[in-house]
Amino acid sequence: MNGIHDLGGMQGFGPVVTEPNEPPFHEPWEGRVLGMVRAVLYTRAWKIDLFRYHQEVLPARTYLDVSYYHRWLLSISRTAVEKGLVTDSEIQAGHAQGPGVPVERTLTADVLAATGVIRAPFGRPAPREARFQPGDRVRTRNFHPIGHTRLPRYARDKVGTIERVHGCHAYPDAVVATGEEDPQWLYTVVFEAAALWGDNADPTLRVSIDAFEPYLEPA
Amino acid sequence: MSQSPHDHDHDHDHDHDDHDHHHRDDDHGHGSHLSDMQLRVRALETVLAEKGYLDPAVLDQIVEHFETKVGPHVGARVIARAWTDPAFKAALLADATAAINAAGDFGKVGDHLIAVENTEAEHHMVVCTLCSCYPWDVLGLPPVWYKSAPYRSRAVMDPRGVLGDFGVTLPATKRIRVWDSTAETRFLVLPQRPPGTDGWTEAQLAALVTRDSMIGTGLAQSPSGAQA
Repeated sequence: MNGIHDLGGMQGFGPVVTEPNEPPFHEPWEGRVLGMVRAVLYTRAWKIDLFRYHQEVLPARTYLDVSYYHRWLLSISRTAVEKGLVTDSEIQAGHAQGPGVPVERTLTADVLAATGVIRAPFGRPAPREARFQPGDRVRTRNFHPIGHTRLPRYARDKVGTIERVHGCHAYPDAVVATGEEDPQWLYTVVFEAAALWGDNADPTLRVSIDAFEPYLEPA
Repeated sequence: MSQSPHDHDHDHDHDHDDHDHHHRDDDHGHGSHLSDMQLRVRALETVLAEKGYLDPAVLDQIVEHFETKVGPHVGARVIARAWTDPAFKAALLADATAAINAAGDFGKVGDHLIAVENTEAEHHMVVCTLCSCYPWDVLGLPPVWYKSAPYRSRAVMDPRGVLGDFGVTLPATKRIRVWDSTAETRFLVLPQRPPGTDGWTEAQLAALVTRDSMIGTGLAQSPSGAQA
């Protein structure tokens, strides 16, 4: 969706402010939220793209006002309720009010020790030949889906060049829309800055996105 | 919930700044034993644990991993090796995930990681305009500024302006390439090796590699500015 999360090319947010010697977490609860997100994703109760989408559909004012891990908390809470893992009443009470629903698997200390704290790969076997090759000129689609997409607004209906082919990956747009991965070819598409930002663009700048094949048409 | 083995959030005495870009949620937390956010998070964690979806001890391990195991020091060692070992550098640029996992002493990389090399002609910078995608396995968790609206909005349009916020000025003719991490690919910038470091060991070189230099919002430190 054309949400506030799609920030590329917006103006007026001011300078980037850095924090010297920034810790990984500013509050202990932030680490707990991250851990919860990792552990619940491991159950396969939902996929990460739905977790992301539920941040994107937060009210714009909320999205900008709350901190990063607070957004995560809002998203995981909503997703857990929608998927029937917990109820609002339980979250309010801070205790379970009934048994859990079956999940495919749970993250144990043994699993964590064996696999490490890394994410599973998103690459998938290719269901068909790639439509594009490096060097091909492509135009990105002009669409404005209500659902989840990884084609940012600033890069829609723009002409660029295929630079890299990354194989087939789970397609986030489909994951959120249907729950199915619908693997798609993934490409790095590079744009001259003028194609994105017009006449006053920095002539030394090129910008790339990683674009799934359904976003692209031959140019 | 008091039986929880991870009852370690009695942290009202920890350092707490008022930086505008994070935990303003906790503004009401100072006067009480546990802040509103801590209570809310604990409530959800308790419910999820009681219903059998997670083990709080596993959360402890995940937190420990991000607090103590991964971080820019991992990426810095990767960069230093690329500067000193041409075969490793070639492998890194060809397939960073495979090269790092094959090396065996950098920890595991699960991400589809792509390393891009800064040169005299071109400077690379990484952003995630849609959220916060970042190469956790080699850099740890992203800093708050990386996830902030100012960086995400401006990096793709005005990277020289962003670099100015970091005190970095590139030659006007140098090409700039910005990588927007819009999919599950992750990017690691291989900064230019600073001059005056001939003969330096990998460990010495790693000390020159800053987090920001691996995102592309900074450069590797020069020998005079570092503890060699």
